[in-house]
Formats: sequence, structure tokens, C-alpha cells
Amino acid sequence: MAIDRFGVQLGLAFVVLAAAGFLLPAWAVFLLTLSLAKGLVVLGLLILWRTGLVPFGQALYFGAGAYAVGLLVLLTGLRDIVVLTLAAILIPMLLAWLVGLLLCRYRDIFFAMLSMAFSMILYGILVKTEALGSTDGFNVAPPTFLGFAPSGETMRVSIYLWVALLSLAAAYGVHRYLSSALGQLASAIRDNEIRVEYLGVSVQRVILIKAIIAAGLAGAGGAVTAFAVGHIDPDAMTYWTVSGEFVFITILSGTGSIFAPFVGSLLFELIRSFAIQYAPHFWQMVLGVSLLLIILFLPNGLWSVFTRLRKRG
Amino acid sequence: MLTLLAILVDGLVYASWLFIVAVGLSLIFGVMKILNVAHGSLYAFGAYAAATLIGAYFNAGWAPLGSFAVMLLAAVAVGAILGLALERGLLRFMYGRDEVIIVLVTYAAFLILEDSILLIWGTNPYFAFQPYALLGNASVGRLAFANYDLSMIGLSVVTGVLLWWALTHTRQGKLLQAVIHDREMAQALGINVTRVFTATFVLGAMLGALGGAVTAPQISVTPGIGVEVIVVAFAVVVIGGMGSIPGAAIGALIVGLIRAATVHLFPQVELFVIYAVMSLVLAFRPAGLFGRAAARKI
Amino acid sequence: MTHSIRQTIATPSTHARRRSTLSIVIGLLLALAFATPVAAQQTMKIGVVSFLSGPAAFFGVPGRNGAEVVIEGINNGTLPAPYNTKGIAGATIEAVYVDETGSTTKLVEDFRNLVQRQNVDAVIGYIGSGSCLAVAPVAEELKMLTVFHICGTPRIFEEKDYKYVFRTSSHSTMDNVAAAHYVAKIVPNAATYSHINQNYAWGQDSWRDFKLAMDHLMPNAKLSSEQWPKLFAGQYSSEISVLLVSNSDVIHSSLWDGDLDSFVFQSGARGLTKSSRLVLTTAEANMYRLGAKMPDGVIIGARGPYGVLARDTELNRWFQQKYFDRFGSPAIYPAYMVAQSFLGLKLAYEKTAQKLGGKMPTREQVIPNFEHLTFEAFGTEVKMALGKGHQAITETAYGQYKFDKSTGTASITNVERFAAECVNPPEGVKADDWVKGGLKGAKCN
Repeated sequence: MAIDRFGVQLGLAFVVLAAAGFLLPAWAVFLLTLSLAKGLVVLGLLILWRTGLVPFGQALYFGAGAYAVGLLVLLTGLRDIVVLTLAAILIPMLLAWLVGLLLCRYRDIFFAMLSMAFSMILYGILVKTEALGSTDGFNVAPPTFLGFAPSGETMRVSIYLWVALLSLAAAYGVHRYLSSALGQLASAIRDNEIRVEYLGVSVQRVILIKAIIAAGLAGAGGAVTAFAVGHIDPDAMTYWTVSGEFVFITILSGTGSIFAPFVGSLLFELIRSFAIQYAPHFWQMVLGVSLLLIILFLPNGLWSVFTRLRKRG
Repeated sequence: MLTLLAILVDGLVYASWLFIVAVGLSLIFGVMKILNVAHGSLYAFGAYAAATLIGAYFNAGWAPLGSFAVMLLAAVAVGAILGLALERGLLRFMYGRDEVIIVLVTYAAFLILEDSILLIWGTNPYFAFQPYALLGNASVGRLAFANYDLSMIGLSVVTGVLLWWALTHTRQGKLLQAVIHDREMAQALGINVTRVFTATFVLGAMLGALGGAVTAPQISVTPGIGVEVIVVAFAVVVIGGMGSIPGAAIGALIVGLIRAATVHLFPQVELFVIYAVMSLVLAFRPAGLFGRAAARKI
Repeated sequence: MTHSIRQTIATPSTHARRRSTLSIVIGLLLALAFATPVAAQQTMKIGVVSFLSGPAAFFGVPGRNGAEVVIEGINNGTLPAPYNTKGIAGATIEAVYVDETGSTTKLVEDFRNLVQRQNVDAVIGYIGSGSCLAVAPVAEELKMLTVFHICGTPRIFEEKDYKYVFRTSSHSTMDNVAAAHYVAKIVPNAATYSHINQNYAWGQDSWRDFKLAMDHLMPNAKLSSEQWPKLFAGQYSSEISVLLVSNSDVIHSSLWDGDLDSFVFQSGARGLTKSSRLVLTTAEANMYRLGAKMPDGVIIGARGPYGVLARDTELNRWFQQKYFDRFGSPAIYPAYMVAQSFLGLKLAYEKTAQKLGGKMPTREQVIPNFEHLTFEAFGTEVKMALGKGHQAITETAYGQYKFDKSTGTASITNVERFAAECVNPPEGVKADDWVKGGLKGAKCN
């Protein structure tokens, strides 16, 4: 029973993550929070990736999620983390449905570039919205948890536990989805679309659903980032380099497992963070070299280390 | 009337710059199916090398017109050195890997090259304004155009025509086209694809560096100039159709003219224009203007 | 198909080698992660953040250089009075330099790492307005004394009250209000004006403040053309064509760094500066390197009385001399802005230490003595007058560029100084409301 084993893995993962939240130093908890938020986005990319699509504009949904939270807090004074996260998932999904109607006809580089163009149009709109601080952005007030408003480190740990919960829920949901008939069409579509169509399946519809799920995950990642950082602006949320980083982490992680995106994001954050500390003048070079080393020595992404270890054991 | 003339000239000047910057990217993609993110760094290296050499040239007090040859030399040297280093030292180990992996490799190269620029040239800007000032202005009423800017139009036409001629009328060019059309078949027919790849990458790198080298006299050469170029060049290439040289030319013209009109008539939306054009073109021509839709195989 | 073949030919020995490489990498990362730095006694660890890469390194690196000069002066006790004591309340400064390049998400992460991983005692930094807006609430949460140096937006202390956050330079409204004052004085007959500003927050804010100040100070001058190139565009040929056609008397611009060099050069070559007078709010930082390429008569600002516009005091002469000796170029305004934030911090600490009988004070003890502090900096007097004593105001100055071809020296003529209370809003009034409401409460001489 594969699902049972998966359930056990998830349970273990939650215990480890929760323990980490209480045991690790504060900076590490923050780093983990951001990594998990990124991991959520990358999990969405993984779904599309398995279909052979590379979304180079996922920052559109990441930003839409973050701005949905920011605007709701700003305009309605709503602070509850559950409601806000839900809004940040649903709004990007709606957006993905609208955009997807056009976008799902495209493949390869055109899919990538067109999704980037859409994210850059959102970027342009935000930059022109001076009421929202243009490129300076604005602060997002800290969330409340079912009426509780913790402060300081308690707040940090609470947000972290929330994203840990979200990540595991997402991992479970995506796992279920990928093992369903609809989910398993991914590699079939990647290999040959026409054959899939001959089977009586609308490829565009399948891709649209995948794009909508991915958008929801990206929105959740954006929401958590907004809570954790406490500030949103177009450069950090919707610029093309943000999308590029998600793609980067996807390749770094490998698409072999549901857990790969989270491990990949964590490693990426660790490398970047220590490169900045120990090589402030050439941290980009450190990042580039590490990336090359991983591509050279771990051709199937970081996750391949774990599969290989398991095979040997 | 003056505005109309200005839109036309400004549009052509900008289009020419776009073409020179984008054509190398398009060529590399067409032949090798590699989206070269490090193109932006090649541009930046070209600009820095040209600025340094032009500075040295003018300090030596030689004939000012020779500085144009110096610019060309800088582009060729940078393209040859970096192009060979990237292709022979890095990319060739990646052939056969997934296309996105190779994009990532070029991205890693881009990160490394960006910091190399800081290590080599530091953060102070480099100026190479002399060639720009050398050519003077051409005036229509109140409107003065820099002849250097106008000469860009000529340069892009020459570059385009030379490339087109080389591709269609020389033996090497025909081999290249065979590789563009069907890599496996070309290989089966005995074409040395490895050598074609190296040559193409070096040529593409030279064109990227040329873009930087000819831009150097117009701008202050500072860290980070390569970043913005990547997206602009990608957009032009996608609009025209990936891998198509005439496509790059038409894409550049469309973007250039529309952008100039926007700057003159609706300056507020200049920020969006290139992405709006790209979305519109792709909405009607999913493979770009000159792109061929891939055949669907059962 | 080729890639699957490559994968299958990997031999067990290569597997093992790869695994050991990986374990070394992971081991190193873990070692780094858990190595807690041990702070030596009697040192004060200060995180110094500015752009060290990317285009804004143009401000960041002179800023860091300014920090190095002033830190050396403080640690050796060689600064002129009243800063001639060693260290900060006796503690030697140990600087941790951090690159500001990257999104605000990364900056917040890096800030937290500085505080919680590197255990700094104070943070001095931030050039981008977005950086300051993002970091301020985090500094408050972590109770970390943070002094902003260059960032310009007035919003920081207008939207919220902060206890731990200070800014020792004036906000950007001053630059543009003063620019309008200067234009009204030097070109009183200007009939039309245009602008070229980058299409992002800094450019938009700068232009709005200038425009609103002009509405009040020169109500008869008409707006002619607006140009909004994107940030780091570098090429302005189309924009310059529009400005040539519009033929305005005055052109306002807050372009900076390479963008400003490029614009000045391209517009100069095409004769724009013959028909229009340029008002460049940040050009002091570019003037030495532009030299003869900057046309005479261009109106130049330095975001305060810094660099060439600084007052001639002993402190200023010391700073210019030390900076030049060390880096071979004159100190420009970012160097002044960064350096003066160290002076404010030192003075606040030492005032507090004095009250405590020479004991090293805690951050909380320092704060009340930093609030409403007035101190003599390298370029001018700094008054922490706004934002409940957390936001500085200073006087400012504008002048016109002049290049002497025979000696090859750049200088400024027709310098006008504007009192701090003339070009900054009064306490409690938002900068935006102040310029919209016609600069009420300004005390100009």
C-alpha cells in the first residue's frame, strides 16, 4: 500500500519539521519558513514540469498571492491567517484559469516566454500604481491565528508551523493527484500529445487543470512569504528574476519526488545565505559554481542522492 | 511632422540596436537549441572590453577614426575567448542533456561572469564617449540626431546581410542550415556537428559582444548592464520566431518602432510595451512571426 | 536518447566518489551553520549594508569606503573634536559588510541573519527606499538599533512610529523642493519645463515632489513633456528627441549613476543642454568622472550639503583628506551620508555612557539620547527633528556646474543654501501633504 507508506512519511516529516521549529535558532526557522514557501511554488512547477512545460512566469501567481494578502490586510483589515491564505490560493487560481485559456495552447519556449510576458505585465501595472508604493511596495501587518496575535519569536514559529502544515497538506494533495488517472497523464502528454488525444482526453483541459493547481500553490507560497517578510513589492514578487529562481530551484531539486522541491529550496537558501555572509563581494559566483557542480555531479537533481542511497541500502 | 520623423528615426535606431543584440542569441538557438542566458554577460564583456580598449587607444593619441576598428577588435576577441571557453570548457559536456538543464548551465555561467566583471573591472564606470562625439550630429530643424546612432542602422543592415549571405551562399552556411533543419540527419550525412556547434557558438558570442562593444560609446559602462539585455533580446527573438535571422530583424523593427511611438505619444506605458507586443504577436502567431510550427508526430 | 545512455554508464566507483564529494559539501554547510561566532570583549560589531554589486554599487562602494574611513578614524581616535575619543564609548568597531543586492525578501533574511546569526550590535545601512521600508519593522521586532543612511523615501517614519530605527539624512522631498526653489531663483523667467525620471518609485516620488513644489513656487511655468524611461535603460535617444522637440526651458531629472552619465552625455552631444537647463538632483556623485563631458551651467544637487557642496569645516577637511589619501578620488555624497550615520551613533552612545558613568550602555538606554539629537557631521549640522526624533533634517544646497578646461578641475558656482526648516516639512506633517498644501510652515530666509 503505497499511500499508507506515504502517510507515514508525511507524519514523520511533520514531527521533524515541528521539532525543528522549536529547537533551531531563530534565523534558521526564518530560513526554513522561506524555503518551505519557495518549496510550495516549486511543487507547482514540478506538476507542470512533468508534462514537459516550463513556466517562466510563475511569479505572476506568487505575486498575485502576496498582493492578495497585502491588499486584503490594507483595505479590509482582515488579519486571520487561514482566511488570508485561502484568498491567496483562490485568487491566483482564478487568474490562472483566465490566463490559461490562452496560455495552454502553447508549448516549449513559447509557453515559457508568454507566461513571463504576463508576469511582467502585472509587474508593470504594480510599478505604475503609486498608491501601493510602486517599486518600494508596502508593509503587511502580521497575521493573527484564529484570534490569537502572537508577537516576536512566537509569531515567527507560528508562521513557520503554518507553512509546514501547508507544505505537508500540499505534498499529500499533489501526491494523490499525481497518482490519479488525471495526474498520471503528465508523462504521457510529455511523450506524445496526439496519442493522448486519441485516447479521448482533452490535453488542453488536463494542462489547464495542472496550471490552476500550480497557481494555487504559488499563491500559497506568495502569501507565506508576505507574512514572513512583512513587506511586499513588485521586484521581490513579480519580476522575471523571481520566476527564474523558481525554475532554477526546480532543476536543482529534480522532479523525482514530492519532497524534492522542499529539500532543493532549503539547500538553495543555505548556499545563498552563507555565500552572502562569507563572500559578500562575489556571492553570485559561489552560487553559479555550486550550481554547476550540482549539474555535473548530480544530473537528476539533488533528490537523486536520496534515491541512490535508498537503492544501496 | 517633426514628431513623426523623430518616431521613424528613433524607432529605426532602436530596432538596429535590438537586432545586433538579439541576432547572436537567435543564431545559437537556431543551430544548437540552446537558450543562452550568458548572452547578457557576453554583451557586458564586449562593452567593458571596448570601453577599456577605446580609452587606451585615445590615451595613446592615435588617429581617432581607428577607434572603430578597436571596437570591432574588442568584440571579436571577447567573443572568441569567452565563446570558446564556454562552449569547449562547459557546454560540450552538456550536449544530450535536457534543454532546460543547458539553460541552467548558461545561467550559472552568467552568475560567474557577472562577478568576474566586478573582479576584473571593479565597480567604477568606464567611459568610451569619444567615438560617439567624433561623428557629430545631423540636424532637422530643432531636432538633432547623433550620427553615431544613425550609423547603427547601417551596421545592423550590414551585419544582417552578411549573415544572410553567409548562411545561404557559402558552403559552411549551407552545412549550418542542414544542422538547423535536422541535426540527426545532418550528422548521419557526415557533417561534423561538433565543429558546427563550436563555430556557431563563437560566432553568436562575437555578435553578443559586438552589441556591447558598439553600445559602449553611448552609455556609461557599469556593473549589471547585461541583465536587462537578456530579456529584451529574448523577447525580440521570440517575436520574430526562434532561430530565424529575418525573424530577428522583423521582430526588432516592430518592437523598435512601437517603442519609439510610445515614448513620443504615451510615455507612461513605455514600461509595458515590449511585453504587450510579445503577447499580441504570440496570441496570433503562436510560433512567432517567422517560426515554423513543429510538426506533430504520432 | 543520448542522455539515458550517459546515465547507465556511470560506474559504482563514480557513485562512491560523488557521494563523498556531496557529504563533504553538506558537512561544510553544517559546520558553517553551527559555528557560532564568538564576540570579543570591547568590540562593537556593526553590520554595514550597501550595494556592493550591480548598478547601485556606484553609491554602495563609495558608501562603504566612507564607512571604512570613519571607522578607522573612530577606532584610532584621530577624528577632529568632538569625536576625538577612541572607539564608540571605548569599544572598537568591527564592521561586517553585507551586499544589498537582491529582493527585499532576501534583504530581510540577510538582516535577520546579521542579527541572529552574526550577533551584531547595530546595523547601519540601506540605499534602496524599498530596502528601508522592508527592514524597519523587522528591526523593531528584533529590537535592533538600525540607522538608515542613504535611502530617500519619506514614508518610513510617516507611516509608523519606530523605536529602534533612525535615519541620519534628510528624505528625498527636500532634494526636489530645494531644486524648485533654486530654479525659481536662477531661472525665474522659465516658461516651460519637462522631466525625465526613471519609471520606478524613486523617479515617481522625485518628480511628484518637484512638480508640486513648482506649482507653488512658479505657478506660471507650464509643464511641457513627461518622459518615463525604465530603470537602467541606458539609451535615451528617443527620449532626447522628445525633449528636443518640446523645447522646454528647464528639464528636471533624478536619474543617477550610469543612467545619469549616459543621459548627460547623449543629451549634451545632441545639443539639448544648449536650449534647456538641466536640473539634476543627484549629479554631484557623477561630476568628477564626467569632467568636461558635463556641460557648464547644469544645476547640480548632492541630496544635501555633501561633497563639493559641504561646508568648509575642520571635520569636512579631515574627511576629504583621509578619503582622498585612501581611495585616490574625492569623497562624493554617498560617502558623506554613510559616514555621518556613524557619527550620530557614536555621539548617542557616548552621551549615554557619560550619563552612566562610563559604562557601556544597552541599546534601550541609547535610544532616548539618539532621539532629537543634534550633531555636527562632515558636511553640515544634522538635526533629528522629524518622526518623533528619529528622522533627520539638514540644510541643503544646489549649484551650477563649471569645468575649467585649462586645469581640468570640476567646480560648482552660484551655490545657494536652503535652511533645513525651509525645505523639510514641519514635524507631524506628511511630506506628501506638505508639498500638496503649498509648503505651509516652511521657514525660508
